[in-house]
Amino acid sequence: METHNIPTRRELFTGFFGIGIVGFGGVLPLVHHMLVLRKGWLTDAEFTELLGLGQILPGPNVVNLSVAVGGRFHGASGALLAFSGLLLAPFCIAMLLVSLYQQYRGLPALQQVLAGLAPAATGLIFGMGLRLAAKLERSSWCIALAVLTFVAIGLLHWPLLPLLLVMVPLAVTLAWHLQKEPT
Amino acid sequence: MSAMLLALFLVFGQLSLMAVGGANAVVPEMLRMVVNEHGWMTAAEFTALFAIAQSAPGPNVLIASLVGWQMASLPGAAISLLGICGPSSVLSFYVARLWQRFRDYKLCHAIQRGFAPLSIGLVLGGAWLLAGIANTGWSAWLLCALSALIAWRTSLHPLWLLGAGAVAGLLGWV
Repeated sequence: METHNIPTRRELFTGFFGIGIVGFGGVLPLVHHMLVLRKGWLTDAEFTELLGLGQILPGPNVVNLSVAVGGRFHGASGALLAFSGLLLAPFCIAMLLVSLYQQYRGLPALQQVLAGLAPAATGLIFGMGLRLAAKLERSSWCIALAVLTFVAIGLLHWPLLPLLLVMVPLAVTLAWHLQKEPT
Repeated sequence: MSAMLLALFLVFGQLSLMAVGGANAVVPEMLRMVVNEHGWMTAAEFTALFAIAQSAPGPNVLIASLVGWQMASLPGAAISLLGICGPSSVLSFYVARLWQRFRDYKLCHAIQRGFAPLSIGLVLGGAWLLAGIANTGWSAWLLCALSALIAWRTSLHPLWLLGAGAVAGLLGWV
């Protein structure tokens, strides 16, 4: 069940570099695709676990995730390699874009491409969320918590920090009391 | 120059530790600090930089490096990116390590099982929020739904879907 491919340091860097260079409009679905589906470094459950950790900690989720994954396989150097792999290309491209911005900002073709990219990128996030949701424990409290979080963030636009301050203790308490027999 | 670099690092370092839920969660606070508190640029200039950051590949923390670039060119950009990613990354490195060590404890099992649904709710809720901004018409919603369906049911590389979206946009379908 829990079989893994263990990446080398070089693979950590190049793997996250590859994500950074193509990750238009948010990279989380790309990270999931690489880590779980393509490379098999993590299972879906482990991905959800590390992503959850990255989400409750401050900082960009994807960067937190890369640090956790890198650190898990190769300690501090692995974390540093995953981190710099992820950020190097986007940083260079952003610097290039900002210098070209003044010249080409009015180009209609560019606006059109962006108008098509954005919905596709958003759809990718939905797809990843649905895939992870399908693996979620089928208990009523789990489903209720997921729906409640979705509604609070997506529909009611509640601020995140107070929401987490309520939901995290609630979720942990529920999970604690409704625990399955430890094996 | 070095005073500016220090100021950039301090501003983005603070934001780093406040950014629960990712960089987009602190963009309003970033605007307040950069525009109102420090007076580094106008709100319109900030918004333009934000739009560029969104259209670049990679995580959306790049907005920090664009602000830094505006203020102190390349060193400013590098320092700002380190500022917004550094403190939170160090924290998550150590928390992830502690997590590995204690994950077999009963409390950690409860935390792990409790977070899973929250994490999924956050992903889908955030996607819904983004969709409201990105999807300007019915064709965009259709494209978004197709992309979601394919990403959910198949292992197709996401780049194909992004490419299809770009082409659809270029042809004026979206």
